[in-house]
Amino acid sequence: MASSTSPPEPSTPARPSSASPATPTPASTYRLTEDQAALRDAVRVLADEQIGPRAAEIDRTAEFPWDVKELLASHDVLSLPFPEAYGGLGGDLLTVCLAVEQISRVCATSGLILAVQELASLPLMLAGTDEQKQRWFPDLAAGRTLIAFALTEAEAGSDVASARTRARRDGTGDGADWILDGSKRFISQGSVADLIAVFAVTADDPPDAPPAPGAPDAAPAPAAPTTPRHKRLTCFIVEKDMPGFSVERVEHKMGIRGSPTAELGFRNVRVPDANRVGAVGEGFSIAMRTLDRSRPGIAAQAVGIAQGALEVAAAYAIERKQFGRPIAEFQMIQAMLADMDAQTEAARQLLYKAATEIEAGAPDAARWSAMCKLVAGDTAMRVTTDAVQVLGGYGYIDEFPVERMMRDAKITQLYEGTQQIQRLVIARALTARR
Amino acid sequence: MRIVVLVKPVPDTASGGERLRPDDWRLDRPAIPAVVNANDEYALEAALKLTEAHGGEVVLVSMAGAGAPDTMRKALAMGAASGTLVTDDALAGSDTVSTARVLAGALEGMEYDLVLAGADTSDGGAGVVPAGVATLLGLPYLSYAAKIEPDPDAGTVRVNRISPTGYEVLEAPMPALIVATQALGEPRYPSLKGIMAARSKTLETKALADVPLGDAEVGGAVATSKVLGSEAPPPRAATRVIREPADEAARQVVAFLAERRII
Repeated sequence: MASSTSPPEPSTPARPSSASPATPTPASTYRLTEDQAALRDAVRVLADEQIGPRAAEIDRTAEFPWDVKELLASHDVLSLPFPEAYGGLGGDLLTVCLAVEQISRVCATSGLILAVQELASLPLMLAGTDEQKQRWFPDLAAGRTLIAFALTEAEAGSDVASARTRARRDGTGDGADWILDGSKRFISQGSVADLIAVFAVTADDPPDAPPAPGAPDAAPAPAAPTTPRHKRLTCFIVEKDMPGFSVERVEHKMGIRGSPTAELGFRNVRVPDANRVGAVGEGFSIAMRTLDRSRPGIAAQAVGIAQGALEVAAAYAIERKQFGRPIAEFQMIQAMLADMDAQTEAARQLLYKAATEIEAGAPDAARWSAMCKLVAGDTAMRVTTDAVQVLGGYGYIDEFPVERMMRDAKITQLYEGTQQIQRLVIARALTARR
Repeated sequence: MRIVVLVKPVPDTASGGERLRPDDWRLDRPAIPAVVNANDEYALEAALKLTEAHGGEVVLVSMAGAGAPDTMRKALAMGAASGTLVTDDALAGSDTVSTARVLAGALEGMEYDLVLAGADTSDGGAGVVPAGVATLLGLPYLSYAAKIEPDPDAGTVRVNRISPTGYEVLEAPMPALIVATQALGEPRYPSLKGIMAARSKTLETKALADVPLGDAEVGGAVATSKVLGSEAPPPRAATRVIREPADEAARQVVAFLAERRII
């Protein structure tokens, strides 16, 4: 509390300041609210100081970072997507994306913890009863429990409706238990989750032949007594302690190595009807609406990865000297860095716009969500590849984080729908208007 | 327990933008992003831990410019319940004496068991304001605390004061003023809920006229110190680094010093 007339002392702050001038604030006509900016900045400090230093080890050991999960829980980051009435912070989709982006900037695996907690809770958010939300959301919001989203099967990836995991009533009556049988594959955090949102076939008749990809949805053959493809699935919450549920194996992956990707087995798992989410046959619709809201979370992960790689590459180019000059002074390097920055910002702005439109209930939510994931995923792949190029041989070894970021980026072109499926969704929205 | 923590917004040294105004050599505060003085965050953390253990609440008191509420919100986000900010154009250019008088005036009429302050600030670095406040209010002054143990039933507080040889154990009746040190523990990160909650916490702004000062005069006009000029330190001369094994390095260092008749 000294006089303001004193000269400034060259003192060192006790800990790094929260303001990080190296990280550009996304400037746009769509300004973040004060709350959004404050929450983003708080998550950035947490990510830079507590998560970033762990990222290389998380990747090397390929172990789920329980300490990071605890950190995110204790600072209410995991409560962001949940309504205030159930112990959450009631953050909108854009705010959740801002947090995923900041965490993924330093560690894509850690960013996925929040993204998956949000995405797998969406079926309950969209179709759950108040009772179900009351039962599960407070623990999920506090990070005491984790939840996974189990839609994909070995033979049902992009073609979701061809799922084979079945659920049949045990007995008659509306309240009868269900018996689940089948398996799910590529389930993010499936082996560490306490709850699994599982999509299972509840139609008794055999499925139609799938329509050719890219073709408009074929109307069911008029004479056939089959249940339409989009009415065959129902969503259930399976609890990890239910007899018959098992983690069959955990995949060895190229990237996001600390995020366990599991194959899950369901052998006659008895599930009470109280764990059914939405109406019987509503599962496909719930899954599609979930993806409309969850793809921006993955786009945010991708933007974060790209931003992280850009920052490493720019810092390296300033430090690294060849031919007596920092390589940042060479125009070929400058052009790469400039393109990386411009592309990352373009992907970021499309993401923020998409999140805002989806939150506002835009009728073309599927288009916005597919577009932002498509652009962000491809941008992350390109920018991280170029970041490795800027670092040259040093970019290819694990002494620097860009090779990890390049491996992590690849998944953003694959999950929550491949880039090909995103284009299909966008093209359908476009041509359906004609 | 009710604990007052004295906090000051200071220029963010990480911004690299600190500069003095060329006309009066005062810090150009509006031009520089502000943060909570780091040592004050340690004091706040200590206060929060004490109220978590003994109950009660922490309130902030600050004297600063009109932009201070944004910075004080960050301290509220860590867990303080409310804050009082004294801000007035007439206070520009205040010295440590004025600052102590204003803070003491702001504390008058407030109820508290303890006042905690950081050891010094990263801008002025004088480190005398807490002692001034304690003197003006007649409070026991317990400096350089590495440990704080209040006994609310007995109405006393015990402090381990860091000394050159270890520490001294001091005990004083409450209310008392304690200067915190970094030995008390790292400041917490504000939780997201804390940030959201801070927006609706009470931050009372007072003008100089609202603060009881008696006959004392304060502000830049009566400052007892004045900066007459400022110069950057001369650039450091070229450095010679000796990278030899210890024996050889020692020999070269001795030769270097002997050559210049330093030893």
